[in-house]
Amino acid sequence: MNNKFNIVYLLIFFIFINYSFADEKIKRIDKVSKNLRCLICQGQSVYDSQSEFALSIRDLIIKKIDEGQTDEEIYDYLKVKYGDWIIYDPKLDKNTILLWSIPLILFIFGGLLIFRKVIIIK
Amino acid sequence: MVNKKIKLFLILSSLIFIFFTFYLGLNKNNYYTTENIVYKKIENFESYEFFSNKKINFKNISPDKKYIILNIWSSWCLPCRKEHKNLTELRENIEADLIGLNYKDKFENAKSFLSELGNPYDIIIKDKNGLISIEIGAYGVPETYLINNINKKIIKKYLGPINEENIKEIQSLVNQ
Repeated sequence: MNNKFNIVYLLIFFIFINYSFADEKIKRIDKVSKNLRCLICQGQSVYDSQSEFALSIRDLIIKKIDEGQTDEEIYDYLKVKYGDWIIYDPKLDKNTILLWSIPLILFIFGGLLIFRKVIIIK
Repeated sequence: MVNKKIKLFLILSSLIFIFFTFYLGLNKNNYYTTENIVYKKIENFESYEFFSNKKINFKNISPDKKYIILNIWSSWCLPCRKEHKNLTELRENIEADLIGLNYKDKFENAKSFLSELGNPYDIIIKDKNGLISIEIGAYGVPETYLINNINKKIIKKYLGPINEENIKEIQSLVNQ
């Protein structure tokens, strides 16, 4: 009997483990700042860093969200000021086509190799 | 035999590709580059004057001057202390207004910083939460910008404390 209840609790725990009660705005601030590189830090995002630069960028994100701007608009604004480097997730364009296509090509190539090996063994 | 040659060719070419990718990628210094904002226009912003707390518009600053030098500083920043004598020297020898942007500072601390080391600035503007600095495209303190005051475009940007060489360069750019 007790065991059954424990399993139910565990299930509820796993269902809600990713659920947070923070409101939408905080979630959005976190999401945007996690995708922004803290330019004066080594390997930290704006979300992780406590440097003055990162704190200011976070203030800016809050201000822009209050002004009703979308995430894309915030990224574009910062890209103009600091360049593409500030965004962790680069968009697909002619400069990043190699970046996005090489893993795919390697994946297909590797798949073909494995496929051939399997056929040969058979 | 042919198969082996193709394999060798594939391996070699991928090695060369990887080598050059890393060679180019790792040589590129992405930190602290200034090229993104040089020759760009600084959009107008509104803030408050340091001493009087009067509202101030960036576009109305020093209307009679062709060039302005914008220096981002703070009393808690040690390199700013170091560059202060250079700033004073620069201001004395140039036909441009020196504008201070007081970055995330406490008024009392900034005031004692100025009374201790002197005030070379023509105008000081407050940047309480650092948003103006981001608007300009700054990374932190200290930073110095030579700005064309007519079209508000950035001519040159200096990261970190300015030195004798920078002063000479700014002078030659202004006297052109």
